[in-house]
Amino acid sequence: MTSQPENELQQKLLASTGMSVEIVPIQGELNVGPQHPGSGHMRIFVKLNGDIIEDVDLDVGYVHRAVEKLSENRNYIHLIPLVERPAILDSIHMNLGYIMAVEKILGVDVPERAQYLRSFAAEVNRIASHLYGLGILAIFLGHSTGFMWGFGDREVWVTILEALTGARVTNSYVIPGGVRRDITQEIKEMTLKAISYQRKRLEDWKKIFFYNPSVRARLENVGVMSKENAIKWGAVGPNLRASGVYYDVRKIEPYAAYDKLDFEIPVYKEGDGLARGLVRLEEIEQSMRILEQIIKNIPEGNILSDRFFKQIPPTRLKKYWETYRRVVMPGYYASFRPPKGEAISRVEAGRGELVYYVISDGSSKPYRLRMITPSYRLIYVFKELCKGARYADLVSIYGSLDYFPPEADR
Amino acid sequence: MSETLKDTLNKIQTELKCQVKTESDRRITITIPDKLILTKVAEYLKSIGFDHVKSVTGIDYPEQEKFEVVYHISSYSDLNLAKIIVAVRVSTSYKDPSIPSLYNIFESVWTGERETYEMLGIRFEGHPDLRRLFLDEDFEGVYPLRKSFKIKTEGVFVDKPA
Repeated sequence: MTSQPENELQQKLLASTGMSVEIVPIQGELNVGPQHPGSGHMRIFVKLNGDIIEDVDLDVGYVHRAVEKLSENRNYIHLIPLVERPAILDSIHMNLGYIMAVEKILGVDVPERAQYLRSFAAEVNRIASHLYGLGILAIFLGHSTGFMWGFGDREVWVTILEALTGARVTNSYVIPGGVRRDITQEIKEMTLKAISYQRKRLEDWKKIFFYNPSVRARLENVGVMSKENAIKWGAVGPNLRASGVYYDVRKIEPYAAYDKLDFEIPVYKEGDGLARGLVRLEEIEQSMRILEQIIKNIPEGNILSDRFFKQIPPTRLKKYWETYRRVVMPGYYASFRPPKGEAISRVEAGRGELVYYVISDGSSKPYRLRMITPSYRLIYVFKELCKGARYADLVSIYGSLDYFPPEADR
Repeated sequence: MSETLKDTLNKIQTELKCQVKTESDRRITITIPDKLILTKVAEYLKSIGFDHVKSVTGIDYPEQEKFEVVYHISSYSDLNLAKIIVAVRVSTSYKDPSIPSLYNIFESVWTGERETYEMLGIRFEGHPDLRRLFLDEDFEGVYPLRKSFKIKTEGVFVDKPA
């Protein structure tokens, strides 16, 4: 559809060499998935003309678990584990966005140390999430080594998160007014070690993966999304930035400690699969820069807002805060009733912009919680991007978008 | 806030009789009294550089027997407008739950409107592909995000044996 001018160019080039492409006039329909390595938890219904995709119908919803409905029946604090489940490998961001919306309704201030710790956890999670995305892209292209490298490198960062939060994947680290645990000297050293390891690995990533001719052949000029289309279709995150749009919530509307940190936003103008991969690779480097700054500049202080900290009984404070630097949940959290009102918050999650819209009617449960995840907004992008592509490119478009079905279904 | 944005908001307020509320310099709410002028408001917003819809939210108010649909509109191409999120609120009654679709103005509503149709039963007139998105094909008759749809829950406490 969108590659019409390119097709004309191709035809001209082919005509100048005396060759021509003949599309075999066979039309058909194909089901990819729902349980297929090339589809994830999703059925892709492809309408083909020869090997050109005329239209795709994405049948999503295989892992739909109705978070929005369940949220109307649970207390605010009990929702934290629910909202972070959709993107289990990016749980800090899912958690952070929700808590930011709740904090806006409650009108709570967050201490500076907690803001830095939020950024720290979020960036470690972003690196882990990008490495997962690159690994999945590799296995889609049949590059098993890349897959193992991605998951192997990810382990390093997941271990840091485990040391910081106490859980490997569903961290539930961010709570209203602050975070649960403080950072220690060991974790700082661990992170610095991980950064120097990952820097070396990124060079290897380029050599083995991105400079690999067969990978380039599968990704370059495949699934090209122009800047206009990216804006029109509402693309998010690395996919948007690979199409030449400078948009990152960390810069546009800084949250946590991002207004005090120095980092850049990688933007590519090509808009093809390779650019989308490279944007992620460069974001890993930028995230590591942020981590270094946080380790250097993290201010001293409390990690929970005074309003809640005062409610913790002194004996518990002594036992947990003074010995383990851990926060015990104050009684207020059990079933607090925020004032009437609504709040919208946005964060830059690993896959892109994540929007939470919470409406409170003064009871202990949200009246309505709307969760717009990055992959949800990629459904339409993926559908439009596939039109006019070759069938063999379906998996490389899918892999390069870093689409994560449970996150879209919620 | 820039001059063109102020002008447009004034126009929306005076010409189209919409209620415009500026909560902060980053959040604007426009409440539309009549659903027929929704597309006009959207066109005004698009003409000054708001280019995509972030979310489409349907809210059920059973006491007032109405639905409210909230569009959150923002911009990618204009860095100043990107800081702002405009919430456009429009209501529709239980009797005829339908509003005009914004697909022709903002293509990015495709997913959101389809999901709102499926979960709340609000028809979006003019949407090209208004089918079920997430739910099973045999999930008939009820709209799960309406307040009348109750989830069966199990108690936390087990009854004591007699």
